[in-house]
Amino acid sequence: MTLALVLAAVLAVGCVVAVAFPFIKEPEPESDDLHEPDEEGRRRLELLEERDRSLAALKELEFEHRTGTVSDEDYRIALGPLRREAANALRALETEGRPLEERT
Amino acid sequence: MPELGRAALLVTLGLVTYALVAGAAGAHLGRRRLAVSAQNALVAAFFSTLVASAVLLAALLRNDFSFTYVARTTSEALPTAYTISAFWGGQEGSLLLWLLFLTGFGAAAVRLNRQWARDLIVWVVPVFAGVAVFFSFLVVAVASPFATQVAPADGAGMTPSLQNPYMLAHPPLLYLGYVGLTVPFAFCLGALLAGRPDERWLIATRRWTLFAWAALGVGQLLGAHWAYVEVGWGGYYAWDPVENAALMPWLVATAFLHSVMIQEKRGMLRVWNVLLVLLAFSLSLFGTFLTRSGVVNSIHSFTQSSIGPWFLFFIALTVGVSLAIVFWRLAQLRSPTKLESPVSREAAFLYNNLLLLALCLAILWGVVYPLISEAVRGEAVVLGRSYYDFFLRIFGLPLLLLMGIGPLIAWRRASLTSLLTTFRWPTLVAAGTGVVLLFLGAGSSVPGLVAYTFSAFVVTSIAMEFARGTRARKALGASSWATAFSSLLGRNRRRYGGYVVHASIVFLAVGIAGSSAFDSVSEARLSRGESMTVGAYTLVYRSLDERQTANATQIRAQLEVSRGDRELGTLEAGKNAYTVEQQVSNEVGIRSDKLTGEDLFVIAEQIDPDGTVYFRVFVKPLVNLIWLAGLVFLLGSAIALWPDAREQRRLVARMREVGLPATR
Repeated sequence: MTLALVLAAVLAVGCVVAVAFPFIKEPEPESDDLHEPDEEGRRRLELLEERDRSLAALKELEFEHRTGTVSDEDYRIALGPLRREAANALRALETEGRPLEERT
Repeated sequence: MPELGRAALLVTLGLVTYALVAGAAGAHLGRRRLAVSAQNALVAAFFSTLVASAVLLAALLRNDFSFTYVARTTSEALPTAYTISAFWGGQEGSLLLWLLFLTGFGAAAVRLNRQWARDLIVWVVPVFAGVAVFFSFLVVAVASPFATQVAPADGAGMTPSLQNPYMLAHPPLLYLGYVGLTVPFAFCLGALLAGRPDERWLIATRRWTLFAWAALGVGQLLGAHWAYVEVGWGGYYAWDPVENAALMPWLVATAFLHSVMIQEKRGMLRVWNVLLVLLAFSLSLFGTFLTRSGVVNSIHSFTQSSIGPWFLFFIALTVGVSLAIVFWRLAQLRSPTKLESPVSREAAFLYNNLLLLALCLAILWGVVYPLISEAVRGEAVVLGRSYYDFFLRIFGLPLLLLMGIGPLIAWRRASLTSLLTTFRWPTLVAAGTGVVLLFLGAGSSVPGLVAYTFSAFVVTSIAMEFARGTRARKALGASSWATAFSSLLGRNRRRYGGYVVHASIVFLAVGIAGSSAFDSVSEARLSRGESMTVGAYTLVYRSLDERQTANATQIRAQLEVSRGDRELGTLEAGKNAYTVEQQVSNEVGIRSDKLTGEDLFVIAEQIDPDGTVYFRVFVKPLVNLIWLAGLVFLLGSAIALWPDAREQRRLVARMREVGLPATR
C-alpha cells in the first residue's frame, strides 16, 4: 500500500514536471506566439500545394502514357490543362513571392 | 497494487483533461507554451496509462484474485498465454487497452507530424484529449479494472471459445484498428478548427488510416479463422452484429483511402472525405459500443454491462459536434474543381465509394434493425444471412469489377478508343474464364460464376499494370528486370501496394465464392465402423478417445478419410469439457488440401454415451484462399505503408518556403 502510494506520487510529480516543462524552460520567453502562417503565408501554402499537385500529376501522366495505360489521344487532351495549372501556380508563386511594391 | 493502478488512471484523466482545456486555450489564444504543455500532457498520459496497464498485467500473471477483474476472467489452470489475453478478454481490460492505444497513438502522431503540421497539431491535441477524457473517465468511474474484493480460492476462468491462440491477436488488432481511426478523425477536426483544410491533414493521416485499416482487415480475417476453427458451426463469417461492427468502419476507411486520392490529385471531394473520416470514427465507437454494451445478441456479447448509455451519449456528442464544425467550415471545404467526365479514374473511385458506402449502410441497417423493431413493435426482428448476402452480391460484385476498371482508366477523362484498347485483354481473359467455368459446371451458382469472371478481369488488369510499369521502368534505364520492378514499387508504393491489396481481395472473393456457393454438406449419426460420404470423400468412424489436459477433458472421435481409392489418413473431431468454466466447446476436425485449397471440415455435433456420434461434414472448395488473402493483404498493406522520405522532405520544404520554422 505504502509502496504503491509512493510510486503513484512519483508518477504524478513526473507528469506535473513534464506538463510544466515549457514554462520551466522558458519562464519569460521573448515571444509566446505560435508562429502561425499569416494570410499571405496561407495563400503561399495553397499555391505550393497546387504546384506540387500539378507537377505530380504531370509526372504520373507521363509515366502512364509510357506504360500504355493512357493512350496518345487521352495524353494530348490531358497534357494542356495540366501544364497550364502548373504554370499558373508557378507564376502566382513568383508574383506573390515578390514584395508588394514590385507586384504592383 | 490496485492503488497504483487506480492512481495512474486518475493521473491519466487529469492529464487528458488538462490537454483538452489547455490545448484548446493555447490554440485559440495562440499561446505556444500552453500548446506545448498540452502536447506534453498527452504524451505523459500515455506513460501513466502504461503504468496502469502494467499493474493489471502483473495482477493477471500473479493470479491475484483480489482484483475482481482477474478473478472474473482467469483461473489458476488457465495457460499463461490466455491469462495474458484476459487483459482484453473482459470489458474493463479492453477499455484500458483502448485508452492505452489511444494515448499511444496520440503521442506518436503528435511527435511524428510536428515537423510540418505544427499549426494543425495545436488543434489536434485537444481533439485527441477529448476522446481520451471519455475513455479515461470510463475506466476511472464506470468500469474500473482495479476494483478489489476478498480473494476467492480460484477465478471463474475464461469462456472456452476464447481459449484459442487467435484470441492473442484478433482483439488487439481490432482495437488497433478502431483506435487508429481516431488519428484521421483528430487531424481532420484539428484541420477544420485551425481553418487549414488543405491537403496536409490528409498526408499526416494517410499512413495512420492505412495502418488502422490494415489492422482492422487482418483482425477480421483472424477473427474469421477463429470462428472457423473454434466456434465450430462450419463457417467463418456469420454476419454477427459484432463482426459487422468491425466490417463497417473498414468499409468506410476503404472508401476514404480511395477518395483521398481524388482530393490529392484533383482537389475534389473535400467535404466527402471529411464526412467519411467522421463516419469511420463514429462507426469505430459504435463497434466498441456493440461489442461491450450487450445490446444485441451476439456470440461476442460475453458480458452485459452498464456502459451502453455512456457510449451512446459520447457517439451522439461526437457526431453532433463534428457535423457542427464541418458546417461552420463548409465554405473553406468547397472544391475548386469538378468531375470532368463520368468515364475517368476519379469517377471510378467515386462509384467505388458509393458502393462501399451503400454496402456499409445496408449492413448498418441490418445491425440496428432488431433494436428499432424492438423499440417500435416490442419484438426484436433479426435480419438473417439472406439479407446480408443479397446486398453483398448487389454491391460487392460491381465493387470487385471496379477494382479492375479503376487502375486502367486515365484521370480526368478517357476516350472510347482508349478504353477499347486497355480493356481488351482483361475482357477476353474474363470471358474465357467464364466460358470454361460454365463448361466445368460452375453455372450452378450464378453469383459464384460472376465472381470468378470478375476476378479474372481484375487479376489480368493488375498483372498488366505490373508488367507495363516494369517494362516502362526498364526502358527508362533500369539495369535489369528485377531493378525495374523494385524501382516501380519504390517510386509509387501506395499505388502498387494497393494493387497487391486488390489481388488479396480477389483471393478473398474466389475463396468466399468457392466455399459458400459451391460447397457440399452431409450429416449422419454413426456407430463405430460405420461410414458416410460427402462430395468425393468417404469417412469411416473408428473410435472415441478421452484425454485429460490441465483445464479440460477432451473427447475425440477418430475418422479414417479416403478419396476414391486414396487413403488420406485420420481426422479427429470432438468436444472439450472445461472443468473450471463448466462449459463444453466443439473442437472441429479440418483436413486441408494444400494444392486445391479445399477443406474437409468435420463437426462432432453430438456424442452419445453409447459412443455413437452425430457428424456434420462439409467440403469447402478454395476456402484456404481466404487465409492466403490475409497474407497477401498484409504484404500489400506493408508496401503501401512504407514511409516515403521524399514526401516528408517536400512537406518540410514547403513549410520553410512560407517562412515557418519546421519544428520547435
